[in-house]
Formats: sequence, C-alpha cells, structure tokens
Amino acid sequence: MSLKETMGGSLRQYGIMAALVVVIAIAAAGTGGKLLMPNNVATLILQNSYVLILAVGMVMVIVAGHIDLSVGSVVAFIGGIIGWMAINWHMPWPLAVLAALVVGVVIGAWHGFWVAYVRIPAFIVTLAGMLIFRGLALVIAGITMAGFDQGFISIASGSLPHVFGFVANFDVVTLIIGVVGVVGLVWSQVRDRASQIKHGIAPEPFGFMVGKLIVISVGILAVTAVLALSDGGTPFLLVIVGVLIFIYSFVLNRTVFGRHIYAIGGNLNAAILSGINTARTNFMIFVHMGLLCGVAAVVVTSRAGAATAQVGQNYELDAIAACFIGGTAVTGGIGKISGAMIGALIMGVLNMALSIAKIDPAVQQTIKGFVLLAAVAFDLLSKRRAKVA
Amino acid sequence: MSDTPILEMVDISKEFPGVKALSDVTFKVMPGEIHAICGENGAGKSTLMKVLSGVHPFGSYNGDITFKGETCQFKTIRDSEAKGIVIIHQELALIPYLSITENIFLGNERAKNGVINWNLADEQAVELLKRVGLSEHPATNIVDIGVGKQQLVEIAKALAKRVELLILDEPTAALNDDDSQHLLSIIRSLRDEGVTSIIISHKLGEILDIADSITVIRDGQVVETLDVTASDVTEERLIKGMVGREMNSRFPDHESKATNQEVFRIENWTVHHPMDVQRVMVDKANLTVHAGEIVGLAGLMGSGRTELAMSVFGRAYGSNISGQVYLNGDRVNVATVEQAVDAGIAYVSEDRKRYGLNLIQSVKENMTAAGLQKLANFGIIEGNAEISVANELRDELTVKTHSIEALVGKLSGGNQQKVSLAKWVYTDPQVLILDEPTRGIDVGAKYEIYQIINELADKGKAVLVISSELPELIGICDRIYALSEGHITGVVDKADATQERLMNLMTQETKDAA
Repeated sequence: MSLKETMGGSLRQYGIMAALVVVIAIAAAGTGGKLLMPNNVATLILQNSYVLILAVGMVMVIVAGHIDLSVGSVVAFIGGIIGWMAINWHMPWPLAVLAALVVGVVIGAWHGFWVAYVRIPAFIVTLAGMLIFRGLALVIAGITMAGFDQGFISIASGSLPHVFGFVANFDVVTLIIGVVGVVGLVWSQVRDRASQIKHGIAPEPFGFMVGKLIVISVGILAVTAVLALSDGGTPFLLVIVGVLIFIYSFVLNRTVFGRHIYAIGGNLNAAILSGINTARTNFMIFVHMGLLCGVAAVVVTSRAGAATAQVGQNYELDAIAACFIGGTAVTGGIGKISGAMIGALIMGVLNMALSIAKIDPAVQQTIKGFVLLAAVAFDLLSKRRAKVA
Repeated sequence: MSDTPILEMVDISKEFPGVKALSDVTFKVMPGEIHAICGENGAGKSTLMKVLSGVHPFGSYNGDITFKGETCQFKTIRDSEAKGIVIIHQELALIPYLSITENIFLGNERAKNGVINWNLADEQAVELLKRVGLSEHPATNIVDIGVGKQQLVEIAKALAKRVELLILDEPTAALNDDDSQHLLSIIRSLRDEGVTSIIISHKLGEILDIADSITVIRDGQVVETLDVTASDVTEERLIKGMVGREMNSRFPDHESKATNQEVFRIENWTVHHPMDVQRVMVDKANLTVHAGEIVGLAGLMGSGRTELAMSVFGRAYGSNISGQVYLNGDRVNVATVEQAVDAGIAYVSEDRKRYGLNLIQSVKENMTAAGLQKLANFGIIEGNAEISVANELRDELTVKTHSIEALVGKLSGGNQQKVSLAKWVYTDPQVLILDEPTRGIDVGAKYEIYQIINELADKGKAVLVISSELPELIGICDRIYALSEGHITGVVDKADATQERLMNLMTQETKDAA
C-alpha cells in the first residue's frame, strides 16, 4: 500500500480534525488564550459530555438511515426516575443508576419495536417519543428533586483520586493513564501489523506507521498533560465518555452488527438481499440509543445535582448537529463516531469561546446555526467535487 | 399518407462508457403511421427513443434529427414535447395520490399567472378521457384505477400536450389481454385522427396486428425496415431479423460436467403481484437443476423470470406465494432471505446498483456482506482475515481495482458485477441464481463472467442463469427453460436450442393454458 493510498481513505477524517484545530486556534486567539487553560479544557469535556454520549448513539441511528428526536425527553424522564428512587424512596444510588440504564434499554426497545417491526418511520416514532417522555417527565419530575448523595454527585464532578500524588503539579494518575493509553495504542498497532503479515497482507510502510503513532501519541500526551495540571486531574466523566467511545467505535468498525448498520444505511435493498436481518439490526440500534440515553441521564442528573423535567431540552438537536458536522451522511451509510465526537467538540469549543468572550446567547445560537450549515455545505460540496474527479 | 417523412433520424450513434449502444442508425417515420420497433433487450430501442425525446441531450450523440422538416437539437424532454413529441415510458410517470385531472395537466397546468383554473382543466380532462375511451371521473385518484386505465391516462396526458408523435415503450407489457386490445384500438383511432405513433413491444403478434411498418434493430444497428401493409411479414421473419447474428467465440470453450444428481427443484411455484394480489406473475412453475449443470431461464421482460427467482430467494418478491422448494431432494423452507442463504441458495440480482451492491462501501465490505458470519467470532469480525479473503476473491474473479478498500461505486460495470458475484461465491452456496449476469457490461467482461460461471458449475454447483439474451443462454447453458407470461412453456437441451425455437416458446400465448 502506498503512502497516498494509506492517506487517501481517511483524508476526510483529517479534514474534520483540521477544522477542529482551526476552530480551537481562532477561539483561543479570540479569548486571549483563556480557552486552553487546563481548567477550561476539563470543563469543556464535562460540559459537553452529554452531547458526546448521545452523539455516539446518534451516529448509529443516522448511519442506518433513521433519526432520533426523543433523546432529550428520554433523558429528562429517566432523570426523574433516578430522582424518585434516590431521593423520594431513599434507595441506594447505585440501584438508581442501574435502573436508569435498564429503563433506557426498555425505552430504546419500545422505539425499536415500532421502527423495526411495525416499520413506522423513525422520525414519527421518536417524535411521538419526544412528546410522550417529555410529558411523563413533567408528571414524575414536575417538582425538582434535589439532595443526592455525594457518591452520586461525584459521578459528574469527581475525579480519579490522586493516589500517586503530584510531580511538579502534574497529577501522576492522569499521566499514568496517558502513558498506558499510548503503550496500548502502540502495542495494538504492532500486533495488527504482525497479523497482517501472517494473513499475507502488505502492511503500511513502517516509517508511516511510526510517524502516525508519534503524532497521535504526542496528541494524547499533550491532552493528558493539560488535564494533569487541572484541579481535578482525570474526571470520572472523561473515563466514562472515553470508554463509551472506545467500545462503540469497536462495535461499528469491527463487529458484524456494526457492519450491518452501514449496509442497511448504504443500500437497504442490497442488505435485505444479502440475508441481513434488517429488522433485528434496526431494533438493536434503538436499544443501544436507549442505553446511551440512560447513561446521559445519569451524567446530566449528577452534574445538575437535581432531577427536573426541564432538563434535556434540545439535546437531540445537539447530538444530531454533532453527527452532521462530523461528516455523517444525511442519507445514511456513512459516518464515524470519531467524526461525531469532533463535531461535538467543535460545537463545545464554540460555546465556550463565545461564553468566555461574553457574547450574547442569542447571537451564539445564530453563530452555531451558521457553523452547522457551513459544515454540511462543505461536506456536500467536497463530495460533489470528488464525484466529478 | 404523404411521401415526406414526419421524422427522420440520420446516422445516429450513441456511446456509453465501454459500450456502443447505437451505431449509424437511420430511421424514418411517415406521417400518420404506426411504426413499430423490434429488437432484443439491449439492442438499442430505448436508447434510440431517449435520443429522440431529449433524455440523451443534443451533443451526447452523433447524427441528425429532422422533425416536420425542421432540424432538431433537443436538450431536454421539454424541448421535444414543445415540438409535439411525447414519450410514454414503461414505468408510468403518474403521481399515485393525485387525481386524473391533476396528472393529465401535470407540468402543463391550465393556469393563468400561476393560478390554476380547475374548472377549465376538468372540462378539458373529460374531453381527453372521452378521446381515449376512459369513463372514469376525472377527480378519481390514480391509485384507485387499474394499470390499463393508468396507461390511458398517460395517453390523455400526451394528448393534452398536443402530441403529434407519440412514443410508447412496451405499453402492453403490464396489461392483460382485454386492456391491451383496448389500448391498441385507441392507438388506431388516434392514428385516424392524425397522430403518428412509434411503439416498442416484445409482443410480436400484437405488433404485426397494429403496425404499418416495422424497424428491426440488433446490436445498435438497423437490420431492416419492413412495410407490413405491402408484404407478408410473419413472426418467424421478425424473430430471424432480431436474433440472426453469427455466433463466434464469444463464449469460452467448456466441457460440461453436469451430473444427474438433482440439487435444486421447485414445484408448482406460484407467485402473485405484491400490490395487485389478483395478478398471477408466476403460475405453477416446475424446474430442476442438477449438480454441475448450468440451466438457463429464457423470458422476455415481464415474463416473470425475475419474479420467479426473487420469490424463491426468501420471498424477496411477491405475495400469496405457494409451491415447494427442494434442495438435494429435501424440502426446504425459504420464507426469509436469511433462511434461503443458510439453505445454500444465492441470488445475484439483475440490478446490481439497486439490489446487489452498497456503492458507498468498499469492495472488501461488499464481498463479505453475505458471508460475514464466517469471518466473525462472537460477532467480532477478524479484520485481517477479511482482508485476505477479499484479496483472494479479487484475484480469483479478476476484479480490476487498485485496492479492495476502493468504493464499489467507482468501479466499472463489469467489475461491479464481479464483486456482486464474489459476494455469493464466498457464501459457498449449492445453488446460484444469476439474474442477467452480463447486463450492461462490455464483451470482454462478459467472457470473463462466463468463465466464472463455468468454473462454479465445474465445482459441482447448480447454476441457474436468467437472461433475455438468447445467444448467451445457448452459448453457456446445458439446458434452457422458456418462460412466457409466468408459465414455463418448455425446456430445450443445448443440442436442440436455437434462438427461433426459444423465441417461439417465449412468445407463446398462454392465456388458454391458465
């Protein structure tokens, strides 16, 4: 495989990455460098964790050619359940967390049933879900419930304990996680290379692999260093989001289920005629989306320290926007979790930069709207050009 | 009838990438006549009509078009319609949930400053409907009337555009006999009103019945134009013209290794139309394929050949399906595609872009789409094993692509077809049903596909090839079934197979058999 071929396939992915870097650079310059201060970087991830979590599921939904408008309402409803269990009924909070995940799965199955087996378009099913669960949220959490255990609160605000102390203000635990991440990455790449050779596949040029690993490692270590300097070190939330991204990227790239999602979104007829059980696949997509709503509800409730029916407004739109900015095709079949995560971060960076710069919230909305439009327009135009070439 | 033609197309040539669809076609139509065009599928009939109507715009073909003495350079359909040339396609262009009136004047609204005068439109619609002999209320929705009546609405729509030359592409393909007769009589009465018609049809009896002259096209060239009124033209004469090409080495040499061991059999297979459940698409079909045998299924468009194949393949088509499928003598349940695949049946669709491939996925991912489970442990795909499988398939089927990671949509038609085949070769099926395996691909790629088919048969697989190209079937098959209007009308051994014989079986009228 030549260098050009190796690069060509993921050039678009790099394009989005470059866009993020540009947005960060502009935002950093515009805020006089405040944006890149360690505490702000940590806050950025915490503030946007719900978008990151929901966008992971939304990528699957949109790639398969559906949409999910209900996620904001579902988050609010599940938040209400957590409130009832942990506060009104004084149950241990881990039980409430478990219940949140189970209820998420059940709601996902409910949506999946109508989409996959009754074959009602997901737009309608989840529009109904949006109304149903917002209504139910108002019923059970019309009055705000507050006073959670510290344990529950620390899901969103706590960090890994600084068990190894500090070295020159750097949290050692965070540094260790970064180093372990880099080692794991290198190890997996080396192993994959060995497996490629075993299967008689020409691996990518050795120099390219080394170069790529160095660039990515430096990136990981840089973020690690900044986090290690922040007040909290490694937030739990970052671990949760990181694990979800890792697992679901694996699911989409490496599992039969993930491949079937792309097949269904790319050409439904061909998928059916390839013997793919499209109904089951569609059903499972929504179950996963429901589970992720459960996770998001836990995170959001913990972060707010209270359960209220008003939470989660427009979350679905944030998640959908993150996917589209991140290169997920409106017509399905194309999209990556990494792209959607970058899309979410672009929105997050914008949000934060505009707030730091004290821009009127109304103007902020407008700017975000233009960014979404520009991102998708860029995507379409570049694809059109690729077609001509 | 005057002596100057109303339409003259001179030296028309049209190329698609890799295929010459029309070469130097010269074609004249006299005013007030019904002119039929005959030819096999892929002979170039539809392409010629698309050139005439502006679907293929001026500049994309060579040659001249003269209509009513004027040189025409149509860039869009609107240009040709403005001159009074209207084409009615095989797939009707009606909007199902709009009324007859709304459809008749679609794009041609009776409007002033953008405001439609519905009273005027309805009044004119009633007149137009009278002219085409349709007694439906003009407010009826299109979905609520049958296909035959929809066809008449299409004609009324053409009349509303002041049509002078009406082109009908397979107008009766989807109609029953009564509706067909009625439609033909309407075309006749329009001729008497001065409307010239060009009609493309596979139903030769019908053509001889209605046409004043017939032009036969073969391989993108005009074979002959026959004056039906002057001389005695027979179906045999037409068939000879349509198929009479020399057979050279377009097919690889192949020593058949067919055995007597039955692998695949269907019995009393009956399929109804998925929407129109009364309409029988396949009627009590029986068919057998042995190990190592290549069996052909010959049928014209609309004969039910694809419907037969797709309904067997996990009921991917049709409603109210009855009959039995046997594999190696055992009855198998093929109620879903998954079950059919698991049982060892593979179906390569005739329409690879719509039903075969995911064009925005890679060659590799398409090749393993149907057999992915073989590469997975607990649902996790072994990535490198998949790559090496795809590389092997690429070499085995000689797919020309710079990388298995290339998008399938970027490949040529022939290579796409090979990817389509590779997907099913990888599932290692017992029965391979290939629907038009060489449609739209060039001669070289065809030869390679034939070689692949031969190799598959030699490995002991039962291969069923559906094709409307008779030379192809005769060239590669051991036995050929003929299908006409949903009935299997006969089976011919390779030794006895001639195009004439097959064409006779394929056009055999079966209404009394039903």
